[in-house]
Amino acid sequence: MLVLLILHLVAALAAPPLVRWWGPRACYLLALAPAAAFGWALARTPAVADGGAVVETYPWIRQLGLEVALRATTLSWLMTLLVGGVGALVLVYSGRYFAPGSLGLARFAAVLVAFAGAMLGLVLADDLLLLYVCWELTTIFSYLLIGHSTERRSSRWAAAQALTVTTLGGLAMLVGFVMLGTRAGTYRWSELATASLPGGAYLVTAVSLILVGALAKSAVFPFTSWLPVAMAAPTPVSAYLHAAAMVKAGVYLIGLLAPALATVGPWRPVVTVAGLATMVAGGWAALRQTDLKLLLAYGTVSQLGLLVVVVGAGTPDAALAGVAMLLAHALFKAALFLVVGILDHGAGTRDLRELSGLGRREPLLAAVAVLAAASMAGLPPLVGFVAKEAVLAAFLDRPVVLAALVAGTALTVAYSARFMWGAFGDRPGVAPTDIGRISVPLLGPPALLAGAGLVAGPAAGVLDHVLRPYAELFGPAAKDLALWHGLSPALGLSAVAVAGGAALFAVRGPLAPVLARLHVPVGGNQGYEWITRRFDRLAIEVTAVTQRGSLPQYLGTILIALAVVPGAALLTARPWRERISPWDNPLQVVVVTVVAVAAVLAVGARRRLTAMLLVGVTGYGSALLFVLYGAPDLALTQFLVETATIAVFVLVLRRLPQRFSARPLRRSRWVRRAIGLAVGVVAAGLALVAGGARTAPTISDAFPDLAVTEGYGRNVANVTLVDIRAWDTMGELAVLVVAATGVASLVFQRSRTGPRPRRPEPTGRVNRPGRPVWLRGGPTLSERRRAIVLEVVTRLIFHTVALFSLFLLFSGHNAPGGGFAGGLVAGLALVVRYLAGGRYELAEAAPVGAGTVLGAGLAVSVGTGVVALLTGAPVLSSTKINLSLPLVGDFYVVTSIFFDVGVYLVVVGLALDILRSLGAEVDRHIEAAGRGDGGLVVDRTGEGR
Amino acid sequence: MTSADVGPPLALVLAVGVLVACGVTLLLERSLTRILLGVILLGNGVNLLILLGGRPGAAPVVGTAPTAAMSDALPQAMVLTAIVITFGLTAFLLAVSYRSWYLTGDDEVPDDIEDRQIVRQAERNEVATADLGGEGPDGDPEQVDPGPARRRRAGDADGPR
Repeated sequence: MLVLLILHLVAALAAPPLVRWWGPRACYLLALAPAAAFGWALARTPAVADGGAVVETYPWIRQLGLEVALRATTLSWLMTLLVGGVGALVLVYSGRYFAPGSLGLARFAAVLVAFAGAMLGLVLADDLLLLYVCWELTTIFSYLLIGHSTERRSSRWAAAQALTVTTLGGLAMLVGFVMLGTRAGTYRWSELATASLPGGAYLVTAVSLILVGALAKSAVFPFTSWLPVAMAAPTPVSAYLHAAAMVKAGVYLIGLLAPALATVGPWRPVVTVAGLATMVAGGWAALRQTDLKLLLAYGTVSQLGLLVVVVGAGTPDAALAGVAMLLAHALFKAALFLVVGILDHGAGTRDLRELSGLGRREPLLAAVAVLAAASMAGLPPLVGFVAKEAVLAAFLDRPVVLAALVAGTALTVAYSARFMWGAFGDRPGVAPTDIGRISVPLLGPPALLAGAGLVAGPAAGVLDHVLRPYAELFGPAAKDLALWHGLSPALGLSAVAVAGGAALFAVRGPLAPVLARLHVPVGGNQGYEWITRRFDRLAIEVTAVTQRGSLPQYLGTILIALAVVPGAALLTARPWRERISPWDNPLQVVVVTVVAVAAVLAVGARRRLTAMLLVGVTGYGSALLFVLYGAPDLALTQFLVETATIAVFVLVLRRLPQRFSARPLRRSRWVRRAIGLAVGVVAAGLALVAGGARTAPTISDAFPDLAVTEGYGRNVANVTLVDIRAWDTMGELAVLVVAATGVASLVFQRSRTGPRPRRPEPTGRVNRPGRPVWLRGGPTLSERRRAIVLEVVTRLIFHTVALFSLFLLFSGHNAPGGGFAGGLVAGLALVVRYLAGGRYELAEAAPVGAGTVLGAGLAVSVGTGVVALLTGAPVLSSTKINLSLPLVGDFYVVTSIFFDVGVYLVVVGLALDILRSLGAEVDRHIEAAGRGDGGLVVDRTGEGR
Repeated sequence: MTSADVGPPLALVLAVGVLVACGVTLLLERSLTRILLGVILLGNGVNLLILLGGRPGAAPVVGTAPTAAMSDALPQAMVLTAIVITFGLTAFLLAVSYRSWYLTGDDEVPDDIEDRQIVRQAERNEVATADLGGEGPDGDPEQVDPGPARRRRAGDADGPR
């Protein structure tokens, strides 16, 4: 069975190229896949007829306990025959139906074959989760098939509606499956059916949810509306999906579960009421249609209602009648759809008011249609008659249901007659329709299907033998399938129904106004439209309330939550300590005062530069507090970062307006301050409480020893960064690389990897001979911008500073310093070079791409971790390597230094990328704007814009 | 030196509070530069808050002080990471404000246009004119299969009703 599924998959994948080579004729070849499924099922007939099952199981996802458990019993065997047989015939039909070069044919063929495969998987699945997966696959493929004409709005609308309705049902069904499966501990239906199921409301809920899925898939009330709309699909699709296959999935599921679940509370009432309502309303709506395809569609709705009632009834007689009806319906309905397709194909219309005289002109086609329609109407000796007799006989003991069934059957007879009259009758005043020659691939499939209906009727005994094992799941079946039962009550009721239907058809003229007036809500999609509209409105209202589009509002909401939730916890828990020390060190008070004043002033500052400098004061102040707290590494890094931040700020602020723009937010100023105050108070409270709330000894008590014994370094903070918590650092490096790349991509309008800027040949602003050149980039600056003192100082200190950065890097393992500090110092050296000599000088100082440095840094860090892994040690663990060199003597290298080198390189790369982007490239923008003279230009043209 | 039951000194707690309060106030502005300054202030405050989670003491360098007298190195390592990331974020936000100035002439964050549009729709009780929402197949004159027809008389096919 798995081979069959794989065959469908392969065929679906091969379909697009095949269609491209051979056009629509490729469908003939693709038909082999479903035909193989048909043949396989046919070959298994003896085994299944004896009540046996064909089982195959393959492991799928072990961790989830999922298996591809396939199991063919009578019901799935019958469905396989239908899915495979009708599928193959529809594909053959499609090979002729579509004109060569039709739009989207490759996709159509692939999806149709894939659909057949999914449907096959659905009916063969034993595992309910596998069944669900296939179920949703058929939904998606049917969406694609209904929406085949992507350029037409009606087609898209219909596809979306089918998808929405059936997926919604499918999800409900999944919940039901999970409820069943978790309780029983298995998802195999063959085990579930015999397992003792939980009782009570739990089971009722699960069964109700599953029924919702089945009814939605089968377009039974109240989910009817999508099926008539789905007639926007090409006719072969309608014949296959909406007559033989997909809509039958719901009926199949009901049939599969009925032996075990039909006795559960809501099952019988739901199935009976929904099914009968659908049957009668659908039949009534079919009488009103003038589009033959829609007439059949409503007929299908009606028949699906009937099938749901019969298959879901849960008695052996009804079950036998139900599967017979399932077969009969697939045969005649697919045939009739295909006949309509031929009419549409030939006449260019399928409106019965425009067709005339086809009965005499096309006797062969008419004969096929007569056979199929007679089977639909339940006339002997066709299989439809056999099935209908069995249905009526099975419900003889339930008079109310029986009455509704007879009424529905009468309607069926009436619309069958209307179909024949509409398609093949003569209409006065309408020119006889010419549909041209009908080719064999078009006529063959419906003829075969209708012929099968004719053969199966007299062969009712064989059918009875083959299908009986299914009925016996419910108990011994008393009645049997036969063409002639003698003068039984069922035969009488059948006669009544045929007479009633004939009468309804006879009075169709006077009946028309009644039909037009008496709208049955089941047919329209107004309900669906109303619901979707409500949802659209709801979505808009909710979005409008929650998503105002204002960043301060969003942030305000988050921050209020931040203040309220922990704040409330602080107030209710009251973990306040009794003694609070004012300070550790009197110097702290001085620094804190300065920091606090600077922060408050920064909030009110009107000039960008002022605000930035005040914020810088708080940064330097923090660094001092770090020193006083005993964190020299932090202080060093904070000092360096603050300096670099100011430099970068200045680079950007030269372009931005000097003052902040006039503030339109005056009204909300107090709100902002209140939120700020609240968050600040809560943060201070947290600091007060959390700082001393430790109950267990801290993990870092062990760090000093670990640093020495495992990290081979004495600076605990640095060893923590490069060894003990090196993963954190690794993540940080990635963030820095991303940030640097982000900066570059925001500023560079073109690629930044091009050739670096070369110093132009000195032209006008040449150095006067004899004047010493301190920086090679210096002459590229205008005389006005050059600062010789800066150039001289830069020339003198650059290499010293660079060397110092390396010293910090290498000594950091044992003393304050490390890769971050070293990298920042090197970055600041580059900043100085750039400030003194402009962008050409920057290129002289760092003749490599920033991306290269960043990438090299990341590679070195990752490489260090990987090397440790290769030696069998955990990732990023370090070792000590003892070396000895002449002159130097014995020394050792800790491998984590390479990790720190990576950190150093990434930080240098970040600085370089920022300088290249916000420095050099912005210079270029200024020059390009035609008012720059190179170098660090302070531009105030943005002022007041 | 603080013992565990005393907790962090009030001066530093106040510093955390003031820095966070000022940072949040600036964060709620519309000028990107101000927002960025708010982020930096907030960052300084939170860094201090994290640092207060560990005990103060001598520099955590083995050999310079007894282990018990050393400050806690773990929050220090975390804050060090945070400082450098804040620097990366600063550079990125500066690039964003530069870009914003380059394109629009200021660095203010405007309201999201599409969100405002939805707000307007809600006020007018309108439905989004989505592709699939407005019109059903009833409004589509073509209900007949498009592919197969050889002769088509326009407009005379009938839709469902």
